[in-house]
Amino acid sequence: MSTATHDHAHGHSHDGGHAHDDHAHDHKPYGMMRWLGSTNHKDIGTMYLWFSFSMFLVGGVMALIIRAELFQPGLQIVRPEFFNSMTTYHGLIMVFGAIMPAFVGFANWLIPMQIGAPDMAFPRMNNLSFWLLPPAAMLLIAAQFAPGGGAGVGWTMYAPLTTQAGPAMDLTIFAVHILGMSSIMGSINIITTILNMRAPGMTLMKMPLFCWTWLITAYLLVASMPVLAGAVTMTLTDRHFGTNFFNAAGGGDPVLYQHIFWFFGHPEVYIIAIPAFGVVSQVIPAFSRKPLFGYASMVYATASIAILSFMVWAHHMYTVGMPVEAQLYFMYATTLIAIPTGVKVFNWVATMWKGSLTFETPMLFALGFLFLFSLGGFTGLVLSIVPVDVQLHDTYYVVAHFHYVMVAGALFSAFAGIYFWLPKWTGRMYNETLGKWHFWLSLIFFNVTFFVQHFLGLAGMPRRVPDYALQFAEFNAISTVGAFGFGISQLLFLYVVVKCITSGEKAEQKQWEGADSLEWTHLPSPAPYHSFVTPPALK
Amino acid sequence: MRNKLVKTISNTFAALTTAATAMSLMFPATAFAEYKLNLQIPNSALGHTIYDLHTIITWVCVVIFIVVFGFMFYAIFKHRKSVGHPASNFHEHFWVEVAWTIVPCIILLVMMVPATKALIQLRDTSEPDMTIKATGYQWKWGYDYIKGEGEGISFYSSLSTPRAQIEGTEKKGEHYLLETDTHVVVPVGKKIRMLVTAADVIHAWWVPALAVKQDAVPGFIRDTWFKATEPGIFRGQCAELCGKDHGFMPIVVEVKTAADYSKWVESQKANMKKAAVADDPEKPWTLDDLKARGEKVYAANCVACHQPTGMGNPPTFPALSGSKIVNGPKDAQLAVLLGGVVKDGKPTAMASFKHLSDADIAGVIAYTRNAWANKTGDTVTPAEVKAARAAK
Repeated sequence: MSTATHDHAHGHSHDGGHAHDDHAHDHKPYGMMRWLGSTNHKDIGTMYLWFSFSMFLVGGVMALIIRAELFQPGLQIVRPEFFNSMTTYHGLIMVFGAIMPAFVGFANWLIPMQIGAPDMAFPRMNNLSFWLLPPAAMLLIAAQFAPGGGAGVGWTMYAPLTTQAGPAMDLTIFAVHILGMSSIMGSINIITTILNMRAPGMTLMKMPLFCWTWLITAYLLVASMPVLAGAVTMTLTDRHFGTNFFNAAGGGDPVLYQHIFWFFGHPEVYIIAIPAFGVVSQVIPAFSRKPLFGYASMVYATASIAILSFMVWAHHMYTVGMPVEAQLYFMYATTLIAIPTGVKVFNWVATMWKGSLTFETPMLFALGFLFLFSLGGFTGLVLSIVPVDVQLHDTYYVVAHFHYVMVAGALFSAFAGIYFWLPKWTGRMYNETLGKWHFWLSLIFFNVTFFVQHFLGLAGMPRRVPDYALQFAEFNAISTVGAFGFGISQLLFLYVVVKCITSGEKAEQKQWEGADSLEWTHLPSPAPYHSFVTPPALK
Repeated sequence: MRNKLVKTISNTFAALTTAATAMSLMFPATAFAEYKLNLQIPNSALGHTIYDLHTIITWVCVVIFIVVFGFMFYAIFKHRKSVGHPASNFHEHFWVEVAWTIVPCIILLVMMVPATKALIQLRDTSEPDMTIKATGYQWKWGYDYIKGEGEGISFYSSLSTPRAQIEGTEKKGEHYLLETDTHVVVPVGKKIRMLVTAADVIHAWWVPALAVKQDAVPGFIRDTWFKATEPGIFRGQCAELCGKDHGFMPIVVEVKTAADYSKWVESQKANMKKAAVADDPEKPWTLDDLKARGEKVYAANCVACHQPTGMGNPPTFPALSGSKIVNGPKDAQLAVLLGGVVKDGKPTAMASFKHLSDADIAGVIAYTRNAWANKTGDTVTPAEVKAARAAK
């Protein structure tokens, strides 16, 4: 075992943590009502995280069905319409059910603790925003059993294919509406909490970067989710109420849908990525034993990325036949994003530079994130070049690109965060050896699955096909082996977490030597039920 | 433990490099070997420009990647606690931060020059030698030669890979899923302007070696172009998800020399004349003739949705076997084939098939009315189809 040594000689004040709370009077309700009626940010955060993990498994099984069918050329396991349904719901469930709720779970757990507040600003709304998720998830799963099966329209739900789809499409649209409401309420809560409930002395520019990234993400959500709701509502009225928004014969335009969808869809990419940046920005300094390099420039870079994300949407649509002037604009604007993103990567590397590095599981996942997310960023730069994208659009190159950003990016960052804060949340340590195993297995199988997909895309394999030409056979077989390896490795993660909760060793208050935010310096492990009843004394 | 970790890291990267090399060696000279790790070999000047642009940008990325992560790995090995490296406390440096903002800006600006040039070339569809319209259908392509040599030629192009190969009961051929019953034939060295549109949902017309990909948007016509430098056969696929058989609507472009192309045009025109005589709606047709013809038409046009069993895939694709329309009045069925099914003012998955010949439509009606559970024993005649069209 090589976890950090626990050096308490550094003279952080522990007063704030113990002065107010002896945790004998938590007043938690017991049994079902503790969870159903919970207004506690920690309980709600926990529910978000478990919900997210169960959706991760559901979406993962769908991914494995996709990869199993693609193991060999020919149709072996599923019919094409079921295959299309799997690609659609794998995308929707992973984006809206797994990754987004995971980071909302982090926000719930951490923001009150990191800014010195007792709880979130609107606890009952917090309860509602969580409890909207299970019905939405049930609708998405129920859609599989609608007459005609799930809607095989892709997670982007392009019109007019959606007009053809069966009743599953309507269930999906309602699910998206509900998920959107949940996200908007969650975001309002986060913005209000951060702007109004910081402890005296905790100025905005003193907040841990994780809080900053969530503040910015919450604004992105509030601005973009209604746009998605609009797009799917227009689809719904086109399907049932005689409108022709996306029907050329009635004066509409199918491409209009794409413009609206991607006006939401591109910010969505950053809604997923920015909280991941926040987690990594907490983990890397802690294990480098050095403050984050360029804190202010990190804040500005994050804000720039967020603003730019509303100006580049049509780079997802280079082949729809926009005027060349529009393509030039979107190409230039898209490449601009590389600048603030580059600044962030350089800052993280500079944070490590001349530090005193150790490599516990959270750090390993953060480094995996840094390395592979950057790789995904570079393929993004390649894709931003219109003439090159015309060759690569809708191929497996794009599939590889966004899985580097979403899985090695967001998911690895979420793993880093979970290992990092598990001791604070549960008061117990996870098994470091098994954690490292989880990291290395995930890293290797991830690359086996997705690296080869770059080659498939370059060679001309389109995405969203259940069968393919023979020259793509070898890499598809490799990718499928990797996918099953990756999937099975995640069961190890479940085991590590359950074992930590049930029988891990007791964790220290400041489990990580280099961690310096309030939850480590002022609160015991496990953190008390109500984080700060009186605001902590800050220098 | 930490030394072990260093070893694990370095071993992993060594393994990844070896794996990449091994992969390129493991799959030896098949016909497609040179396509495996990179874009397909282009067959147009623009294709070469794009190929080179991709190569340059990828290398720029690789170099930046190595430099940035060179620093990271240096820190990982040298600035670790286990080798006794103490933590510094610096957390900003104005000039370094300015430099790593400005330098990427300059790199991007330089990259935009060739990218802009290539893009303007890519979108310049002016002064074509020939114009062909491609129409995406669920799930085949239709082609109309609109202007230039071959004007007036028109045909459909569907997947020709046998069902048995897809289901694995038969050995897969060399061009599995990338073969069609008819080829788009074009002359070499001529600028071909493609008008691209669709009849039902969005498709995308994509031939990698010719560096063209254009979405086919129903109700709108977009254009793109290519100019092949060598004769040969070039294969592509629909690139935009268009429903169930999205993976089964390939595109095959056959580039011929000018002389061979002229010969092809002649033979096409001769075939069209012959077909016009053979399909003459006024000649006498028996029910069995029509049924036999209809079975083929059904297999080429209807089977993807309505299935060989006629049971369809409800609710989007209803069953024909036992269907009220197919077993009802002939005129109603004919109206569906000529006009498609429109529900609440919007087209459904059942598009119009008026592009089929009179004999083909009569044939498929004869077949569907007398196959599976349907036993009407009647049909419409090609002459009736012709009359129905005229009445519209």
